[in-house]
Amino acid sequence: MSSIFGIILRRIVLGVLTLFVVSLLIFASVNMLPGDFAQAILGQGATPEAVESIREDLGLNKHPVQRYLDWLGGIIQGDFGVSFAQANFAEYGGTSVELGGIASVADQLAPRFKNTMFLAGVSAAISVPLSVMLGILAALYSNSVFDRAINISTLSSISSPEFFLAYILILFLAVLNPIFPSLSNVYEGMTFWEKLDRTMLPALTLTLIVTAHMMRMTRAAIINLMASPYIEMARLKGTAPLMIIIRHALPNSLAPIINVIALNLAYLITGVVVVEVVFVYPGIGQLFVDSVKVRDIPIVQACCLIFAASYILLNLLADIMTILSNPRLRHPK
Amino acid sequence: MKYDISRRGALKAGGALVAASAIAPQLLQAQPSRGGDLRVGAGGANTSDSWDARTHSDLFMQMACMGSVFDCLTEIAADGTLVGELAESWEPGSAEGDVWIFNLRQGVTFHNGKDFGPEDVIESLQLHVAEGAKSAAKPIVEQISTMEITGPNQVTLTLKGGNAGFPTMLADYHIVMYPAGMVEDAMLNGIGTGLFKVETFDPGVRFLGSRVEGHYKDGRAGWFNSIEMIAINDGTARMNALLTGQVDAINRIDVKTESLLKANPNIEIFEVTGNQHFTFPMLTNIAPFDDVNVRKALKHSIDRQEMVDKILRGHGRVSYDNPIGPANTYFHEGLEPLTYDPDKAKFYLKQAGMDSLDVDLSASDAAFVGAVDAAQLYQATAKAANININVVQEAADGYWSNVWLKKPWSACYWSGRSTEDWTFSTAYELGVPWNDTHWNNARFQELLLLGRKEIDPDKSREIYNEMQTLISQEGGTIVPMYANYVDAASTKLAHGPDLGNVYQMDTARIGERWWMA
Repeated sequence: MSSIFGIILRRIVLGVLTLFVVSLLIFASVNMLPGDFAQAILGQGATPEAVESIREDLGLNKHPVQRYLDWLGGIIQGDFGVSFAQANFAEYGGTSVELGGIASVADQLAPRFKNTMFLAGVSAAISVPLSVMLGILAALYSNSVFDRAINISTLSSISSPEFFLAYILILFLAVLNPIFPSLSNVYEGMTFWEKLDRTMLPALTLTLIVTAHMMRMTRAAIINLMASPYIEMARLKGTAPLMIIIRHALPNSLAPIINVIALNLAYLITGVVVVEVVFVYPGIGQLFVDSVKVRDIPIVQACCLIFAASYILLNLLADIMTILSNPRLRHPK
Repeated sequence: MKYDISRRGALKAGGALVAASAIAPQLLQAQPSRGGDLRVGAGGANTSDSWDARTHSDLFMQMACMGSVFDCLTEIAADGTLVGELAESWEPGSAEGDVWIFNLRQGVTFHNGKDFGPEDVIESLQLHVAEGAKSAAKPIVEQISTMEITGPNQVTLTLKGGNAGFPTMLADYHIVMYPAGMVEDAMLNGIGTGLFKVETFDPGVRFLGSRVEGHYKDGRAGWFNSIEMIAINDGTARMNALLTGQVDAINRIDVKTESLLKANPNIEIFEVTGNQHFTFPMLTNIAPFDDVNVRKALKHSIDRQEMVDKILRGHGRVSYDNPIGPANTYFHEGLEPLTYDPDKAKFYLKQAGMDSLDVDLSASDAAFVGAVDAAQLYQATAKAANININVVQEAADGYWSNVWLKKPWSACYWSGRSTEDWTFSTAYELGVPWNDTHWNNARFQELLLLGRKEIDPDKSREIYNEMQTLISQEGGTIVPMYANYVDAASTKLAHGPDLGNVYQMDTARIGERWWMA
């Protein structure tokens, strides 16, 4: 067992290292964006003096290396900094006001992150069982009309742009047949079922996007094993086809399936930007877009970091699960 | 809310529309009554929004702050007249219009129970000129030299120079009244004197306000039990929300999909022409624009009606290079039309000693939506007058810092101001930083100073008519059109006979003025 912990520990260290490199990339690319917060917020009123005074206030005049180190130092201590958008104007007659907590990046992100996780959770609860089941059925009836139909429909949904799928769902499930609301503005104080109702359309959109990948991988992994001698043995002893798949093929094909599921779960968190904007869902994706618009750099950076971290974390999880599900990896020679 | 887009459906809907318009006058005359919850899907929301009115610039906070939670001293009513909000009445204290006496409404309380009084007015005004404050209303409040409490409910403001439109300027949405001594708290939690008090406010997401019981506007405004504003910055999402009945009204509809909304009998599109106008300012101290004949040639080589039809898709009105709009009191209806006339343009070019003219026009959609297309239309029509316009497409980022006011000829927009003097002194007065044409005309400047002090309405009209004629005939800015504010609402809502045209959504006061039909 100790070797597992060794492997996991190594993966975690690698993950942290990756995160560090990503933070560098994020900082560099955000700083390469044209225009800055001062210009964006002032718009037509961006006179050189006004721009200069806001830059001075926010420390945008400091050397980029200095700013990066300040930012990184803060993150290590769990401080994501202060949102420009809130800080700049919480000023009252020249002296800074005691801020009511809305200005810190962490406080702005927390409720949004909770919402995004809720959406990801609902989407995962629908899409993972659905795609594994469809994958098994497609493998069972491979090359049948059923298999083809599933393949065509899932592949065409993954190939369509997200906003297009979203609008199709809105048209059929909200406008023509008002089953679900097209506006997913969840907020504090709603019951779980109200939230679920509002989250349904974005969750279905995400499901359509991630199902194909997982379903195809399940199907391929199982079909791949179906030619193995031990499956043939099982068939010869008279086991029913569905039982062969569930008892013999599935356990051995879990590793690639888990890998793909983890990748897609990461997508449910990082790929929500367009979906959240279309459905007006107050999650991280929407906050990200709003913040890019006003060049609220601390929020943009924190969002990027969260996206990167969830990707790395879920990949790590996939690795660990693969190792656990495969005895050969668990006991390396 | 089911509807289909077939031809028959459209015909049916059309019939319903006709029927609806036949009964509409009755609906309009129906007495407003209390009740119902208003849900508005509003664009123009930002995560940087707060209850600091000095920073407001877009619709969401205009509606939440001035339109719901806070009040100003004066208010521009739906019919365009100036009425008192927290000020009951006002009068000039001198013939030059440089002293203004405001009598405040009595018995008004803030949402935290504090009584409203003259000290609140003074502290709220001082916020805009405080050291280091970044207020959009600074140019208004800066005009005040002294503020005095001259009675238990009276404030006297003495200005540095006469300004007849000063009470109108105080209706600006930045200048709302905060409780003195607790401004920080009020800006953090939204404590005003308005019809609705804050229940929930999540910047860039949602605002929920509940009706205050026992308000000084009872019987005149404030019919809903609550107002909920949902931030929907995406135009398509806003339209979907209205079509599926999740909100009762939305602002700024996408005119491309207007026909879909029109086909739905449960939705009313309401639009007003306000002061918002799109411009092409040229620097009049730089050749070739320093020659008035060149400017005149350019004025006659643009097809204004085509601009309205193609860029605004009909949702606007032609302007003859006049920055004063229909929502202004002294708007000059009888300006001599500037027609599209290549021969006339050629004539003026010849007067300037030229056979043809090559100029660069810098444009970006940051200036206004469709600015680049508008510049290209201009290019096409000007060709017939031997004017070759080279359209330079500029980056949207940094447009206002790097292009506008810097390039000799560029695209720009103005939302307009509530008084003529304010518009002129923002962008056409000699030496002001936003004079984007470097306009310098002795007679215009003389009239500007005269008009500012004039409290007699007839004389004011005379002065402002002459100024508008001057700027239309000789000015350095091409103003092809006024752009309408186009909003939409469910027919479940009803409103008075007039709609405010200073901002979108009944001058951002839909929550106060509308009611459930």
